Amino acid sequence: MAAAGLNMVEAITCALARALADDPDVLLLGQDIGRKGGVFQATAGLHERFGADRVRDTPLAETMISGLAIGMATQGLRPVAEIQFLGFLYPCLDNLANHASRLRTRTRGRLTCPLVVRTTHGGGVHAPEHHSEAIESMLAHVPGLRTVIPSTPARAYGLLLAAIRDPDPVVFLEPTRLYRATREDVADDGVALPLDRCHVEREGSDLTLVAWGAALYEAREAAATLAVEGISAEIVDVQTIAPFDAATVIASVERTGRCVIVHEGARRAGFGAEIAAEIAERALTSLLAPVERVTGYDTVMPLPRLERAYLPTTERVVEACRRAYLYR
Amino acid sequence: MDEVVATFEIRCRRLIDEAGRPLGPLPPTATDQALITRLLEGMLLARAFDRRCVNLQRTGQLGTFATSLGQEAVPVGVAVAMHADDVLVPSYREGAAQIIRGVAIEELLAYWGGDERGHAYANPAVAEDLPVAITVGNQALHAAGVAAAMQHRRQARCAVCVMGDGATSKGDVYEAINVAGAWRLPVVFVVTNNRWAISTPVARQTGAETLAQKGLAGGIAALQADGNDVLAVHDAVGEAVERARSGGGATLVECLTYRVNDHNTADDAGRYRDPAEVEEARRADPIARLIAFSGIDPAPLEAAVGERIEAAVARYLAIVPEPSAAMFGHLHHEIPEPTRWQLRG
Ligand SMILES: [Mg+2]
Repeated sequence: MAAAGLNMVEAITCALARALADDPDVLLLGQDIGRKGGVFQATAGLHERFGADRVRDTPLAETMISGLAIGMATQGLRPVAEIQFLGFLYPCLDNLANHASRLRTRTRGRLTCPLVVRTTHGGGVHAPEHHSEAIESMLAHVPGLRTVIPSTPARAYGLLLAAIRDPDPVVFLEPTRLYRATREDVADDGVALPLDRCHVEREGSDLTLVAWGAALYEAREAAATLAVEGISAEIVDVQTIAPFDAATVIASVERTGRCVIVHEGARRAGFGAEIAAEIAERALTSLLAPVERVTGYDTVMPLPRLERAYLPTTERVVEACRRAYLYR
Repeated sequence: MDEVVATFEIRCRRLIDEAGRPLGPLPPTATDQALITRLLEGMLLARAFDRRCVNLQRTGQLGTFATSLGQEAVPVGVAVAMHADDVLVPSYREGAAQIIRGVAIEELLAYWGGDERGHAYANPAVAEDLPVAITVGNQALHAAGVAAAMQHRRQARCAVCVMGDGATSKGDVYEAINVAGAWRLPVVFVVTNNRWAISTPVARQTGAETLAQKGLAGGIAALQADGNDVLAVHDAVGEAVERARSGGGATLVECLTYRVNDHNTADDAGRYRDPAEVEEARRADPIARLIAFSGIDPAPLEAAVGERIEAAVARYLAIVPEPSAAMFGHLHHEIPEPTRWQLRG
């Protein structure tokens, strides 16, 4: 069964429907996910199809949603919680870091926490304050927690199925800017993609562009511009931020000798710093130029009028790539 | 004009006074000698366990430990009122409840001695019970989630969550009470109001006259019980458990007791608390009260729990620490490839 031309929201709905149909222990919970179908329509139609018990509207309380999901998960359910925007995830960090991520460890495997928290990621859609953050590096710092950010409809489908089937907690960050940006055919075949595996999106020989989420599109545009100039860029979509598959990035950098990392989140202690450190430790002698980072700035994510000035642009990515390429 | 649209009241259940005399008609449980013996034995076990733990801590053989001295009636009344298939969601002062439910004493010691295996619970009877919650109040939401799962599966079971008075100031607890009311969840929230949250007395914790009334705000049943009267605790919690298991929804039971000891072995309550207050609290001792009520000779029970604890301590002290690689063993269901090299240290 192939669903033709789905955007990312529709691919996510498709994966949720598949998970609900396949496993009676899967249930969805969140604010306005029932009859409304969620603020982004990611659960549209699921309430009608699977009922209010399995597609549960909750009271308005993010901490509660995360804590409830943990309790449910200890009973063997597989709750998939929706937090409307990443800025509203902060109240859940206590439960994610203190409980969900460590329950298996602190009970030596007696209790587990097979839950997924879905929320948005990144800016660029002129949303109100607190709706456009990119805090994956905070999540990546929590051992026991997986953090996944898809970049295409088909990969969102396969990665979300993997996240739901994984027997441990996963935070699934959906780039808001990509929800309706592109369409592609998605095979609704129930096949999950592997977790903790970077995806080599485009092969190239002169430099490695590392990106994830919506920033991958700036990386793609930059690669196209650079190709015209005769610079061949490889693109690695990190997609599973934690645990981080450094091996794929290292293998690429060993071939190209140059690396430019692109992400929306702030530069300081952003996930790009972790990637740069891995390269410094494991591929230093392959480097022909310093690793470059093109990121959000170390300031508060601005409101919509300035958000384009904050987010990495194709021009900034191209400039960084040229600097790396021309470095002597 | 203002009209009255809702009125509320909070009742406090007291069955026997400090001298062990009935305060009115008693429930049938009050004449159940086997039950009363079990309650007394549980409280004696709690006290002996605490004493031994402090001794182990003072001699460098256990980590920081929080005793339940003077408030033993709460964990014991709670555990005995629960059904075997209910789920206990404890804080860090309910060791007696955990032991009564089936956690091995050496497992509890192992946890407080710094070994995660203490939460692995070999006994299948407690396989679903949650581990000790160190973070105050989070467990109220976990209990609500456990209850939501039971309700989702149409099971006639409930979750019983124990927390302290300090926890009732936290948003987690309000959110848990709120969803328990909105969804009519099979959960019992037991608040051990021992009057102190480390150095903060309950009067500075909240402006509310009772902690029980916080349940009313979320639309769940709420009452107080004399937390030093184990019969009252057992009766109030038992009623709440039966209500939850039969689809009647959630209850908050505030148990009024007193933390006779310091907050834990790292605390010195002499710096912030009037000793006269502690002396007065000692007169309300729950164990002496039940002995006075029942006339049971505690000596044989004390001897038996003492032997049981010493045998467990010997097993605890013989536990060999895990190899360092064990810290990775349960991080995920299997060690992710990117992390595996760290096993080599
Ligand atoms: Mg207290």
